[in-house]
Amino acid sequence: MNANRPWWRPDGFTVYAVIYLTFIYLPVLFLPLFSFNKSKYIAFPLKGFTLQWYQKMINTPDLLEALMNSVKVGVAVAILSTMFGLLAAKAVTRYRIPGRGAVMGFIMVPLVIPGIILAISLLILISQLDIPLSLWTVGFAHMLLCTPFAMLVLISRMEGFDRCLEEAALDLGENAWMTFWRVTFPIVLPGIVASLLLTFTISFDEFVLAFFLTSTDPTLPIYIWSSLRFPTKIPAVLALGASIFVISFFVVAFAEWFRRRGVKTDSTSGF
Amino acid sequence: MSRSATSSKTVGLAIRRRFLASEALRGFSLLSPTLLAMVFGLAMPLLVLFTLSFWLQDYVDFIKTFSWKNYSDFFAKPIYGMILIKSIKISGMVTLATVLLAYPMAYFIAFRIKANKLVWLILITVPFWTSYLLRVFAWKVMLGYNGVVNSGLKSIGLISEPLEFLLYNPTAVTLTLAHAWAAFAILPIYVSLEKIDRSLLEAARDLGENAFMTFVRVTLPLSMPGVIAASLLVFIPTVGDYVTPSLVGGPSGIMIGNIIQSMFGKAFNWPLGAAISVMVMLTVTAMVCVFLWGTHRFRRRVA
Repeated sequence: MNANRPWWRPDGFTVYAVIYLTFIYLPVLFLPLFSFNKSKYIAFPLKGFTLQWYQKMINTPDLLEALMNSVKVGVAVAILSTMFGLLAAKAVTRYRIPGRGAVMGFIMVPLVIPGIILAISLLILISQLDIPLSLWTVGFAHMLLCTPFAMLVLISRMEGFDRCLEEAALDLGENAWMTFWRVTFPIVLPGIVASLLLTFTISFDEFVLAFFLTSTDPTLPIYIWSSLRFPTKIPAVLALGASIFVISFFVVAFAEWFRRRGVKTDSTSGF
Repeated sequence: MSRSATSSKTVGLAIRRRFLASEALRGFSLLSPTLLAMVFGLAMPLLVLFTLSFWLQDYVDFIKTFSWKNYSDFFAKPIYGMILIKSIKISGMVTLATVLLAYPMAYFIAFRIKANKLVWLILITVPFWTSYLLRVFAWKVMLGYNGVVNSGLKSIGLISEPLEFLLYNPTAVTLTLAHAWAAFAILPIYVSLEKIDRSLLEAARDLGENAFMTFVRVTLPLSMPGVIAASLLVFIPTVGDYVTPSLVGGPSGIMIGNIIQSMFGKAFNWPLGAAISVMVMLTVTAMVCVFLWGTHRFRRRVA
């Protein structure tokens, strides 16, 4: 911040930043608060501290099953959409493709279409093809949504590195596959990790597509949605929300550590 | 015989050479798995949606003959058009609010923070690690009958009875959406501000512009791509949102997403739902085009 200004006399921007952060933090901070509250009603005044909702969370099989479903779908979606994103990113950054803008625009469409419309379109297609709804159909829909994100993350990583490294490997006699594996892949790895994390997060939190495209197996957001109608179930859901938040914190910390490692490898290899 | 064999071999070789030589072909073959998946998962469903919008529902089956009935229904019953317009108004307000609120924050991080920008960016995104549904629910906790605002006002003695008008109306929907989508506005604007060449700002100052005019004539036009991206990323998905209106909107806060959802649920009229979806897409596309044209003119006039 501005060095020649004492902290007790902040400038307008700093004041604004604090107000803004309060606005985005305040509502979500009340949720973990109620997960420790000794009352099943999400209302003031608070009744006292308890860990019973965390206990209940662990002892609710439906909730854990929904969590596992979301993790399964999320992992599969992360891997597939990152692979699709990687192929597309490599194609548009390495080759001069006619109609590059149109192709990229087409892949980006899921980002600029209201989720509900994508969901019902897929629902209609899937029902016309007589494909039963399941976690697979949810996964497919999530993959469509996540591929553009994966592509954007990977493009920004691939544009950053020197093409000569690949050419040098090819000149020195590596074939295309080994060049990819031994040169391209290690350099793009931080981008791949970022893409895996981002796409997993998107799939893990996605509600609308899953709502329309699953049958009896709920994903976590669907479980949360159905719990919001039953006041007695809400505290355990809030406990779960708080737990996921803490876990994400460690994942992001790990990712940041990994990214810094990636940056360091870059600087030692000369750029 | 042998001659034709050699010629086909040379043709094969020529094709192979063309393939290796042509960047476009190699690029497209690398793209093909992704493109194929997107065609199957995106182009086909949208085509089917469009087709279905001209069919009719007959109990559990569809009448598969071409008909304009769904569209004439859409225009005959003013409720659909009204709710669509209301959804656009709400999303427009949400977009305006998120972008206006996010811009100074993005500017602050891009220009005032010298070290640890990443910490600030993470600080911005941390609230969004909470599930979207729970973030929307959080506003029920904030604005509800025994919620944070009511309890707070009561405890400081400003009110004696909880205020009931806070929740279940379009304003609650707008506020909740503006909160839920804040990160989508701030990040693109930050990226475009960060990209601005600082020497351009110095040049403007050296040439005698004051700080405000430098902002209006240099910083703002150069950050417009971020503002445009942020507006589209917030506006388009929120038009179709039905989670927020169902949780905090109440009867007066219903949006077009709720109508579409009911057509595929309780009301069970898929073709009419498809027709409404097509109308939503057409309207949104038209509005986006007008918006892009407007911002384009703005940039040309200022810059």
